[in-house]
Amino acid sequence: MISITTTIIDVVTDNRVYDTYVISQNLVMRLKGPSAEHIFGLDEFGRDIFLRMLWGTRYSLFLGAIGILASTIVGGTLGAIAGFYGNAIDNIVMRFMDILLAIPSILLAIAIVAALGPGLVNILIAIAISYIPTFARVVRAKVMSIKDQEFIEAARAVGASDARIIFKYIIPNSLAPIIVQATLGVAGAILSIAGLSFLGLGIQPPMPEWGAMLSNARTYIRDAWHITVIPGLGIMLTILSLNLVGDGLRDALDPRLKN
Amino acid sequence: MHKYVLKRFAMLIPVLIGVTFIVFFILALTPGDPVTIILGDNATAENIAKLTEELGLDDPLLVRYGRYMLNLLKGDLGKSYSNQLSVADQILERFPNTFILAVAAILVALIIGIPVGIISAKKQYTWLDNTFMVLALVGVSMPVFWLGLVLVIVFSLNLRWLPSQGMGQGFMGILKSLVLPAVSLGAGSAAMVARMTRSSMLEVIRQDYIDTARAKGVKESTITIRHMLKNALIPIITVVGLQFGQLLGGAVLTETVFSWPGLGRFMVEAIKKKDTPSVLGSVIFLSVAFSIVNLLIDILYAYVDPRIKSQYKVQSALGRRRGE
Repeated sequence: MISITTTIIDVVTDNRVYDTYVISQNLVMRLKGPSAEHIFGLDEFGRDIFLRMLWGTRYSLFLGAIGILASTIVGGTLGAIAGFYGNAIDNIVMRFMDILLAIPSILLAIAIVAALGPGLVNILIAIAISYIPTFARVVRAKVMSIKDQEFIEAARAVGASDARIIFKYIIPNSLAPIIVQATLGVAGAILSIAGLSFLGLGIQPPMPEWGAMLSNARTYIRDAWHITVIPGLGIMLTILSLNLVGDGLRDALDPRLKN
Repeated sequence: MHKYVLKRFAMLIPVLIGVTFIVFFILALTPGDPVTIILGDNATAENIAKLTEELGLDDPLLVRYGRYMLNLLKGDLGKSYSNQLSVADQILERFPNTFILAVAAILVALIIGIPVGIISAKKQYTWLDNTFMVLALVGVSMPVFWLGLVLVIVFSLNLRWLPSQGMGQGFMGILKSLVLPAVSLGAGSAAMVARMTRSSMLEVIRQDYIDTARAKGVKESTITIRHMLKNALIPIITVVGLQFGQLLGGAVLTETVFSWPGLGRFMVEAIKKKDTPSVLGSVIFLSVAFSIVNLLIDILYAYVDPRIKSQYKVQSALGRRRGE
């Protein structure tokens, strides 16, 4: 919601709010602590941290969500095909996924960004690729458990094509674990994006990305605690909410897992 | 059992070939000419051509990959573009530091996670359980590098108890400098271990054999440790193993925050210098370490759980009979 609102504000004001308050510098006011006028204080260039965090949702949350959507579509389709056809296709797809899973996801993302260079699109690609195997596994397991059920046999009996069976019957019935995994995946993706930006490999200044804000704040850690603590709290609360939603959805969709 | 272990090791080989293949091809996409990075912008065309041939950069990608793999089998990961030193030597010099950090972090995770999980399970739905589980959720949600920075603000800058940067000298020096990075890296894993210990303990806590033990008058502490925890241990071992592997990779961020001289920091510096052989070597090394840790956990799992061992014995006995 916040990221959409900030985008609308930018469109309506022709980026004037973004240029004037989010990225423009005011060195006289630098590192000022929280006050009534600037509730989260000002950063090392005198920019309002509250506004930068609001505008930052566009990068952190939005990129995380788009990256996970891409890996859900690609990973989900690969998992569905592997689970549905089994045998050789399953072996080829899943061994490839095993290989991707053998590389820790943050390292895979770092390798991709190292090769392609920092930037919005490259981060998106890195995040999407590193989460594909997780979705492929989840969907494959679910597809294998429902592909022999009677309604699938019935669809086949009336002459439905494989593509129709997969996309019309199997995937809609596998959605529950995908939604749970996607919610938790967005949380993980936001952490990965923030981590990459923190290392200087992600979104570059002056864009207000949460991890990049923390990375810049490190230099001033002795002088101004608020520019380190506040953006981190923002990330933590976002991840916490996504984890709570993910856990809640899992309990609601699969009560057996609830203790 | 030996056959199972050998089979699992054999299965690791294609995975490792695949990992090297993928990482090699991803990093081959790196823009910029390595020769210019080594020789600088003022190099003559003759020198450029000579070094390009020496490094084999004019060969097709598959040939270069084949050569890299042959060298890899000899333990040669090439030379760093930035300082011309052996990548393998630089990695081996830094990996022990990353390993120490990961082991310390996993110890933090076990020391905090297991007791918290046990107490939560035994006091299910009390205020203590709720508090612990909220804290665990917070722990899972915290960015590791942010926790590191907050710990530095509190314990290094304000209280001045512990160093904020680098690795100390001597045993006590290393120990002191290890505390903050290990806590910051291990906190998330502690939360995961606590959640898994709780749910795993809850699976066994209402079993009949627990009631039997209690009816026999066995002490509550003995019941908790020998009857509950021992049976709840297998999923916990899996989580600890997975976490340990993740920590090896995840140490990149912690090492950057605390300037810890490990492999993760080496890799990040190499990326900034466009030193592809060092990045390639580090990613491959860490991925291999990750795969080996996962394999060892799988094997340990089979040793700890008598059901898996006996299942394997039955299968191999059936296999032998079929062979006759």
